[in-house]
Amino acid sequence: MHEATIAQLAQELKSRKISSQELTKHFLERISRLDEDLNAFITITQNDALAQAKAADARLASGEETPLTGIPIAHKDIFCTKRVKTSCGSRMLDNFISPYDATVVARLKQAGAVMLGKTNMDEFAMGSSNETSFYGPAHNPWDRNTVPGGSSGGSAAAVAARMACGATGTDTGGSIRQPAAFSGVTGVKPTYGRVSRYGIVAFASSLDQAGTLTRTAEDAALMLQIMSGSDELDSTALPNLVPDFCKALKDPWENITIGVPDNFFDKGLDPNNAQLIRDALSVFEKLGATIKEIHLENIHLSVPVYYVVAPAEASSNLSRFDGIRYGYRTEGESSDLAEFYMRTRGEGFGAEVKRRILTGTYVLSAGYYDAYYLQAQKIRQLISQDFARAFEDVDLIAGPTTPTPAFSIGQKINDPIQMYLNDIYTIGAPLAGLPALSTPCGLVNNLPVGLQLIGPHLSEERLLKAAHYFQQETDWHALVPPGYID
Amino acid sequence: MSLNREDVEKLCLLARLEVTPEEMTDVASKLSDIVTLVNQLRTADTTGAVPMAHPLDIAQRLREDKVTESDQHEHYQQNASMVERDLYLVPKVIE
Amino acid sequence: MDWEVVIGLEIHTQLATESKIFSGSSTQYGASPNSQASLVDLGYPGVLPVLNRSAVRMAIKFGLATGCQISPRSIFARKNYFYPDLPKGYQISQYELPIVYGGHLDIVLEDGGIKTIGITRAHLEEDAGKSLHDDFRGRSGIDLNRAGTPLLEIVSEPDLRSATEAGIYMRAIHTLVRYLGISDGNMQEGSFRCDANVSIRPRGEKKLGTRTELKNLNSFRFVEKAIQVEVKRQIDVVEDGAEVIQETRLYDADSDTTQAMRTKEEANDYRYFPDPDLLPVIIEDKLIEKLRSELPELPDAKRKRFVSKYALSETVAEELTSTREIGDYFEEAVKSQSSVPPKRIAKLIQRELTEALKKNSLNIKKSKVLPEAIAVLASKIQDNSISSSAASTVFEELWRTDSSIDVSDVIEKLGLEQISSEDAINTMVDDIIAQNPEQAEQYRKGKDKVIGFLVGQVMKISHGKANPQQVNQALKDKLRGE
Repeated sequence: MHEATIAQLAQELKSRKISSQELTKHFLERISRLDEDLNAFITITQNDALAQAKAADARLASGEETPLTGIPIAHKDIFCTKRVKTSCGSRMLDNFISPYDATVVARLKQAGAVMLGKTNMDEFAMGSSNETSFYGPAHNPWDRNTVPGGSSGGSAAAVAARMACGATGTDTGGSIRQPAAFSGVTGVKPTYGRVSRYGIVAFASSLDQAGTLTRTAEDAALMLQIMSGSDELDSTALPNLVPDFCKALKDPWENITIGVPDNFFDKGLDPNNAQLIRDALSVFEKLGATIKEIHLENIHLSVPVYYVVAPAEASSNLSRFDGIRYGYRTEGESSDLAEFYMRTRGEGFGAEVKRRILTGTYVLSAGYYDAYYLQAQKIRQLISQDFARAFEDVDLIAGPTTPTPAFSIGQKINDPIQMYLNDIYTIGAPLAGLPALSTPCGLVNNLPVGLQLIGPHLSEERLLKAAHYFQQETDWHALVPPGYID
Repeated sequence: MSLNREDVEKLCLLARLEVTPEEMTDVASKLSDIVTLVNQLRTADTTGAVPMAHPLDIAQRLREDKVTESDQHEHYQQNASMVERDLYLVPKVIE
Repeated sequence: MDWEVVIGLEIHTQLATESKIFSGSSTQYGASPNSQASLVDLGYPGVLPVLNRSAVRMAIKFGLATGCQISPRSIFARKNYFYPDLPKGYQISQYELPIVYGGHLDIVLEDGGIKTIGITRAHLEEDAGKSLHDDFRGRSGIDLNRAGTPLLEIVSEPDLRSATEAGIYMRAIHTLVRYLGISDGNMQEGSFRCDANVSIRPRGEKKLGTRTELKNLNSFRFVEKAIQVEVKRQIDVVEDGAEVIQETRLYDADSDTTQAMRTKEEANDYRYFPDPDLLPVIIEDKLIEKLRSELPELPDAKRKRFVSKYALSETVAEELTSTREIGDYFEEAVKSQSSVPPKRIAKLIQRELTEALKKNSLNIKKSKVLPEAIAVLASKIQDNSISSSAASTVFEELWRTDSSIDVSDVIEKLGLEQISSEDAINTMVDDIIAQNPEQAEQYRKGKDKVIGFLVGQVMKISHGKANPQQVNQALKDKLRGE
């Protein structure tokens, strides 16, 4: 059952070949057996899941279902889930039971999806390896000594190990695509504003976007269809109507031009990875696409731009965590207000989060704002213009998702700069608000490698279709990590 | 570009983040590395570029002025660690 | 040393919207603690602000009423600092691109002269919650009902030159926001708050002196007193050879002094940056013109019109236009008795009505004497049916009976008809002259003032009903004639 995709399971549920309760029990059993070694889940909502499955079955029986009714999924622990612990991977929210559902969660719930639990993540989404989590690292099912990627590491590992049919994630600098690449699954980040951010614990507001970790592009389309759309509770959510993503996948192939930035094939890219990317591009050529080399003028500045803008916004977004209305509060009683704040926040936040808050505070502070924050936002505009110019000549941009396959747990955690450089290919798209995805395209030393596709604003149909056709021609996305077949 | 202990302490106060003496050296050194990384920006030529605050070029939507919320303080205050007479308690605020 | 005082006022007025600026919580005053604090107001993880349409419109109206430029594109910015009554750890405000800027307001000075005060800008922001300092065993209690209430921060140019001018300007802004219906201006409830930036410099000096900020001056009286006291303090400091320190000070009414705020020395680096959760507010000309057409007649224009149309003095016009309601009342009264000089009606309103309203703590809308009644009363004085002192008594009776009886009937009932027959007057005048030979002699000898006493005596024996002007004339005639 866990082998089937959401699309296939939807058919089987609809035809009543299987029931949602069966399906859900099956996944809960897998989780109880497999997650101890993977630590992909922070919270498992067993009773709720079974109750939701039961309700889904009733709905399926009455014929009022959606493609997601009865499908067991997991939510990254950054999404607020009503009456369920929402920790964001942090001690700061270890005791936080959310009083409300994020819009994404509510929409999926309304469609009848069954929530298995909340997945592990880098603390406050700050990280590229899921090693900064208060709950310990998540492990990559392909090799448990390696990282699954981050910050949506738990979601990626859960889907890769077939502990859930699909999972939600968030992507700010690559946090869906990079773990998708490391864990051998399909990760999609939509256009900024396509999906509501209401109920997603904010990291960098102008970059954060909710998306999916699934095994196929088709499954991603099914989930995104439900998740997307305007929301009166989020001023930054686009009013645009959501096209039929699933229908787009079934449209006949049209020959497109795919641009490949020469910038991405730099000395940082592992030659094995590079080869797999070139092989993947040949697949597109066989389909009839034209591959064209392009140059993105300012992309080399995307990492420094990101590490100014994201920490700046985060430093402000995280100021609300003071233990007064919710969350962790220092036990050391203090009569001094400043001390109270400092202790609560000093004890509640982990090292990486503290570093980013301090960095953000620095780049916004008097005397530095112009040189850093303002400058970064200007370069961001230039990077966005580079992409726009490129898209005048090409329909999609392709390249590697990551410079190397998954690295070992502990290998980079003490070197923040090394860790940041992991994001080198993924950061550009969120800076420009562009939709992007990663689809598996091979293995290096038995570790997955991802091919990244980036599209112009609101081109999710084109992206998903390209990935879907790629997945018809290749089997990489269908591979199961050794040991996780049963 | 290096941040020394004093620089970091100032940032800690601004951000209300305690960094213990044991943590301080490491924090200062790692922050300095990050600043070196981002310093690459400073020399870039951005003449004519307008700062981008949003990837989207849309205007702020306006909400109708009507009351849509009800009193849920009992529910919400379950999350607070120190509440008395419906007020959130904090160390004394001196004005 | 001739010191010049330079003052700028920053007024925060709560906008009278139904719901908060970024959330759908009620803005009603006086609710039980934290009963009007939604997840957005509490700064919960994951929540987002959505802008209230009314707040934007009210800000634009203020801008139009003060001749400001309306920004076609304005931005919200985050002002970052930590305080328990600020749940998100930042206040959503406006920094570089405020919604309106570059306007002015004319104020009427004590001598009747007009002075133009520049308004640098007015911007939208959210209010913070409240800290309560009752004893919670060494702790403070935070109520976030107020957090998120829309504020319009109105910043004046440093054009004010005395505490009195500051008081007049503050009152003028107070009147204006109530005229526009954008704020109830209730200072007791905190709807209207004022901070003053005060500095001194030698007269003739162009450079500004170091300024101090006086915070939370919550009554017109306190604003003037605080400024006076602070100016004196600054002069003393400088004349003693020291320098004024730039700092924030609070006015202490008990000691009538200003005290430096006891907060820790901290670089207040607010690290302003555009709020990424909100998009630029785009205001089109169409909306501006629509709002312009909805503006009521403004206090300034109304005052000027009252002066020219009704031949009132500036000061009287000012009083009658201090609220829209008083102006409307006056005009209604005037309209109902077109033959009565408006001046007379104005005087009656000022003398009798204002007192009665104050004594009974009533808004003019709840006046027990209707505009038509007061106009009739004025006409009775005008045609000499009653004397102006009798009018007071009639007014009281009208008030007491809630205008339910006709003015004429009241006059008759109380027997207050003025005596204006020549014979009756002459008889009384003769009597009084006869009873007061000393004063009569004094008058004949040239002591003009004593006529007042004699008039008073006639008024007394006539129980206030004699026409004072006729009495005056009759006395004079008889005293001179004899």
